[in-house]
Amino acid sequence: MAVISIERMGLLSVVCVCLLFSSAFAVDRGNFKTCDQSAFCKRQRALKPGQSPYRALLDTLELSDSRLTLQLINDNNKVHLLLELYRLQGNMTRVKINELKPLKPRFEVPDVLIAEPPTEPLSFLSKDENGVVLSLGAESQRLIVSARPFRLDIMEGPEVLLSLNSRGLLAFEHLRLRKDTQAQPDGAEVKESADGDQQQEEGEKDEDGERDKEEDGLWEETFKSHTDTKPNGPTSISLDFSLPGVEHVYGIPEHADNLKLKTTDGGDPYRLYNLDVFQYELYNPMALYGSVPVMLAHNTQRTMGIFWLNAAETWVDISSNTAGKTVFGKMLDFVQGSSETPQTDIRWFSESGIIDVFIMLGPKPSDVFLQYASLTGTQSFPPLASLGYHQCRWNYNDQEDVKSVDQGFDQYDIPYDFIWLDIEHADGKRYFTWDPHKFSQPKEMLQGLMDKRRKMVAIVDPHIKVDSGYKIHDEITSKDFYTKNKDGGNYEGWCWPGNSGYPDFTNPEMRAWWASMFSYDQYEGSMENLFTWNDMNEPSVFNGPEVTMHKDALHGNWEHRDIHNIYGLYVQRATAEGQVQRSGGVERPFVLTRAFFAGSQRYGAVWTGDNAAEWDHLKISIPMCLSLGLVGISFCGADVGGFFKNPSTELLVRWYQTGAYQPFFRAHAHLDTTRREPWLFGPENTALVREVIRQRYALLPYWYQLFYHAHKTGMPVMRPLWVDYPKDTATFTIDDEYLIGRDLLVHPVTEEGSRGVTAYLPGAEEVWYDVHTFQKHNGVQNLYIPVTLSSIPVFQRGGSIIPRKDRVRRSSACMENDPYTLYVALSPKKFAEGELYIDDGHSFNYETKTELIHRRLTFAKNALTSSNLCPDCKFLTSSWIEKVLILGASKPRKVLLKMDGKETPVDFEFDASMSVLTLRKPGMNAGNDWTLLLQ
Amino acid sequence: MTCIHLLLTLVFAVSLGTPVEIHRPRGVPLTKKPFYEENKPFTCLDGSRTIPFDRVNDDYCDCKDGSDEPGTAACPNGSFHCTNAGYRPTFIPSSRINDGICDCCDTTDEYNSGAKCENTCKELGRKEREVLQKMAEITKEGFLLKQQLIEEAKKGQQEKKVKVTDMQENKKQLEEKVEALRTVKETAEQPEKEAKERHLKAWEEQKAAIRLEKDKAKMAEAFLELDDNADGFVSVSELQSHAELDPDADGTLTETEAQGLLGGTEQVDTSTFESVWTNIKEKYHSESQSEEPAPVETPPEEVREPVVDNEPYPEEDVSEEEDEDDDEEDDYHEEDDKAPPTVRTPEKSQDDEEAMPPYDAETQILIDAAQKTRDDFEEAEKALREMEDQIRNIEKELSFDFGPNAEFTYLYSQCYELPTSEYIYRLCPFNRVSQKPKYGGSETNLGSWGSWSGPENNKYLVMKYEQGTGCWQGPNRSTTVKLTCGKETVVTSTSEPSRCEYLMEFTTPAVCQEPTNIDLSPHGHEEL
Repeated sequence: MAVISIERMGLLSVVCVCLLFSSAFAVDRGNFKTCDQSAFCKRQRALKPGQSPYRALLDTLELSDSRLTLQLINDNNKVHLLLELYRLQGNMTRVKINELKPLKPRFEVPDVLIAEPPTEPLSFLSKDENGVVLSLGAESQRLIVSARPFRLDIMEGPEVLLSLNSRGLLAFEHLRLRKDTQAQPDGAEVKESADGDQQQEEGEKDEDGERDKEEDGLWEETFKSHTDTKPNGPTSISLDFSLPGVEHVYGIPEHADNLKLKTTDGGDPYRLYNLDVFQYELYNPMALYGSVPVMLAHNTQRTMGIFWLNAAETWVDISSNTAGKTVFGKMLDFVQGSSETPQTDIRWFSESGIIDVFIMLGPKPSDVFLQYASLTGTQSFPPLASLGYHQCRWNYNDQEDVKSVDQGFDQYDIPYDFIWLDIEHADGKRYFTWDPHKFSQPKEMLQGLMDKRRKMVAIVDPHIKVDSGYKIHDEITSKDFYTKNKDGGNYEGWCWPGNSGYPDFTNPEMRAWWASMFSYDQYEGSMENLFTWNDMNEPSVFNGPEVTMHKDALHGNWEHRDIHNIYGLYVQRATAEGQVQRSGGVERPFVLTRAFFAGSQRYGAVWTGDNAAEWDHLKISIPMCLSLGLVGISFCGADVGGFFKNPSTELLVRWYQTGAYQPFFRAHAHLDTTRREPWLFGPENTALVREVIRQRYALLPYWYQLFYHAHKTGMPVMRPLWVDYPKDTATFTIDDEYLIGRDLLVHPVTEEGSRGVTAYLPGAEEVWYDVHTFQKHNGVQNLYIPVTLSSIPVFQRGGSIIPRKDRVRRSSACMENDPYTLYVALSPKKFAEGELYIDDGHSFNYETKTELIHRRLTFAKNALTSSNLCPDCKFLTSSWIEKVLILGASKPRKVLLKMDGKETPVDFEFDASMSVLTLRKPGMNAGNDWTLLLQ
Repeated sequence: MTCIHLLLTLVFAVSLGTPVEIHRPRGVPLTKKPFYEENKPFTCLDGSRTIPFDRVNDDYCDCKDGSDEPGTAACPNGSFHCTNAGYRPTFIPSSRINDGICDCCDTTDEYNSGAKCENTCKELGRKEREVLQKMAEITKEGFLLKQQLIEEAKKGQQEKKVKVTDMQENKKQLEEKVEALRTVKETAEQPEKEAKERHLKAWEEQKAAIRLEKDKAKMAEAFLELDDNADGFVSVSELQSHAELDPDADGTLTETEAQGLLGGTEQVDTSTFESVWTNIKEKYHSESQSEEPAPVETPPEEVREPVVDNEPYPEEDVSEEEDEDDDEEDDYHEEDDKAPPTVRTPEKSQDDEEAMPPYDAETQILIDAAQKTRDDFEEAEKALREMEDQIRNIEKELSFDFGPNAEFTYLYSQCYELPTSEYIYRLCPFNRVSQKPKYGGSETNLGSWGSWSGPENNKYLVMKYEQGTGCWQGPNRSTTVKLTCGKETVVTSTSEPSRCEYLMEFTTPAVCQEPTNIDLSPHGHEEL
């Protein structure tokens, strides 16, 4: 769904908008702030390192069982801060810094943590006038609090893992009274650290300082035609982190950039501020639709994470010492390692709120994922069908169009599960309604899809047409659920329907009401196979500053400034909860969102917004989804084909091949593009697209199992190679290939006219099997793979077992009872293992009634065994094992199936050229215990 | 594990209602039955391998071509044959066997899925026969209409060709006529021109005389005015009272200067004043004249003076007229000539004396005669132009591809409309497609006639209209018109499947094919 890059749109007719649309095909950078144009960013960035005015007042230190509190003082302005330190279960440390006595409460982000994180005891190791040393329990981990200037170091043995305020960039703009309206409290108005001028004696520069501050936009700030009244004045916060021994940092999506984060010296910091960016550009740190303030740091020894829990506009600076060294470790009573130690320095700064940081100490990548999952939850377990193929377009014009596209898939024998309706389906963009002419019989349409065991998604955006007579608007108005403007009236802005209100999704009552709107009696024309898409939930306000809501708009007592980045999460949450409720809590929801925040993984899928039909956009879809996966959001995809513009046939085919091997697989297209259903490009291309969609469907059992794992452990489904090969430095910057789970390696072809790609196959003493030819390749190597238009290079790891359903049908539901084929790829040591996960595919019964089958499949000592991973689980399946392929096998004399105490011979074939052993129709039920013996 | 019947006993009823039993593996069409011989090894239909017969339809795919599993979903590329007694037999991909969706109307594809399918073959067959019947009727009638259309078109074409030939002949005659009339016209115009010139010259002379007369009167008047003491002489001092006559324009008329004006003498009498007057008349202000000219409020009488000074104007007018006379092709010429010569612009007409007198009767006769020849000439020329247009139009029409038998000719220069909820769509075949908002707003061009663009075997099934109004960030609008056989010529639907790419469905007898003898009896007997 598109966005409009212009301001004042409200004044323009649709025709004018069209004219402006066509003017240029790239982001209008002028619509979005640079750091220099964001007053607090400019102030914070002007701050010089090494001059921290903060001192820990050790005599205020209090240590309860698991909580340490300590006051900090800013020696320049004498403002006291309160530091809280927690040791959290699972090898994490939480650092909170707030004003000791703020004029009024500062915003702390609710609803992101799934619970108050459980703590573990902290204890003193030593204490003197310079600081204290606390034990973090295991592995001789210590936390060192230094007093002057204040800093924190987390150490393990002799090594510093991470330091806070080591560069002295802690800055906390305390709440204050405005000088021109209030008497100046003693000393409170002096320029503080954030103004980059700690050297001045307090009071000395008072007048000048105040004037400077006005120029700095402390109490008011104007961008383009928009003025941000800042009734609370300056409130920004900042803290720096040093990571010795770290050269690779990842995460902090969403940016259209490489997987490995770049240093930001000499450019803008990475920005986190959910924005509807029209025709975004690639390879830059500009903010996009979503924000997850989580960064991962990785080296061969350790993976760590920093979670900066703040929902205000946030910027992240990254620098590395490869150019220049920072002074480090002076305060410590040990000698830091050689001067060659690489180091990455990070600095976070946010416009409001408090400092609330979670330091996840790993040490393995999987530990960090689990640690973060324990804080914010895991990926929701999606309905199986939502892992199938989605056919979307802005717009399928009417019911007739939907029907003919649906029939097209059958005619061309291409599977799909969901067809989508964009904004034109609603009556004048009044969500929850249907266009009375084009979609007059929605239930008839939905029933038609249901008869094919298929589903539909209709869009519901959070901007509500201001139109008395429109039920949704009327109820929100009467319940007073709209977000307010700074003057207390309902906030109104322009979006698709014209003048629109924006429900206050931060209000739990509002969310409950919104959820109730999805019940079948409220949402007319809806049925159980209708699901939802939340677009424009940054929120997008066409005529707002930076195409979003004014920061001085009000959500209850809080400014939009405080909550901005979490608005979109709430929209998706309320929608998902509505879907759960409509089924009485039985059925899993499916909701796609564009805006997101830490914790959004709990509510559904995310896509990378309005990309374009360009090769670089295909390429960037990989690092964009990898970055999201690293911070918990596994259910990620990019618009297949590219949203804006028309793809060449080659690009479209390559995008299908890539998208089929990414978690969320949806084709989408702008209103003004030509039609691009998969059969419109000639029989050869139809066949190519059909083939790769069929590959996707065959692998659905594997995808589903990976999502089950993501749901249970936080392990990303689509992941960078370094996650599974953490000691292999060659993998650290790879973002043109990736792993699906641990066992499939994919190197999509993303170059026009490509005749070959070079894939890196990791793992010394590992082998990889080409899934199409079963050819075996050794790791570690850079393998050149010649490609044709039909090639999508995919490899299965030797040592793995992947279950597939090779009988591909027209939708995933149709394949429910189909038999499995097990692809057993042997390691050089003739070993393999894998899993098989089965449940009903759509309900919560797997959770509430443990109705599932979860089995371990092991191949060792020439025996393939299925054993129960969940003996207490109960689920009956009619699926059976129709075939077993053993790659890298030798020819047995005979094969026996041992089941229920009986042994029966199994037919087999052996292909000596590829060393593939095929066991014919062993026939056991997929839920049974059994062993296949190769003799 | 699913249990699959190796053989299926197919019981179905033909239209007569006689039960018949056929033994063959599930999903195999009768035509292929010989390849599936019970209890004999089965060879995959692609010949790739031979398997025991008990592996046919055993729910495991052994043949690469899927031929061993005609009745199960085991092979990815298999196909299943639905007999569909009472309707049309068909093949479905074997992936649709037991997928919970009823595909075969005889329900045979869902034998183990739990799907509750009803046998709808009879109903479908009945409906299809109805449709076919109707279609056949339409086709039949449509085809008859088409024959008429072809005949008419051929006749019309023939007529048009003949007509064009005739018209070419007429055109030639017209051309000759035009030339003849041109000569006549030119001949008549010569004396007209001369007479007019004579008339004009006389008028010029007359005007000159009048001017002289007026000047004399004015001089006398001036003399009287100047001769303040009425002694019959204008003296130096009397002249000095008229400062405007100052030759060096320094504001004062000195004695010497005045004397100079009077030809060096102290005073002049009326007769010598004549030569003095020539020197001063340009500057001389009548004493009775207002000192402060107030053009806006000036009464019409006083406007006259400057007009009199503007003598060149009437002459220019005349010369213009003469120019126009030469410009015979000019349309204005006609109007000017028709206008009576006395008619002037209001400003000029104020001066009655300046109006040219009407032509004398003799000249007028010449003018009228010339005018008639001009009218005749122009009429002939117009007729020629019209003829040329007609010929061009017919030739253009004849140049269109109206189908192999010209059956689409009748659509030419017709338009067909379809109102929808928002717009009125208008198809003018071989011309353009347009869309007009129902409730006001301007028309949008959805494309101009481009070409026939149907499939290779019959390009006349699709019309393409291109280069309509441009779409922003996109192509120009275009419309594809799909033609189907119908008795009526109607636009039946319009849609916009892709932005700015329109699709129109259009029925016309012109595409109706010669009806073949469609077998409308129930299907299924071929199975026996």
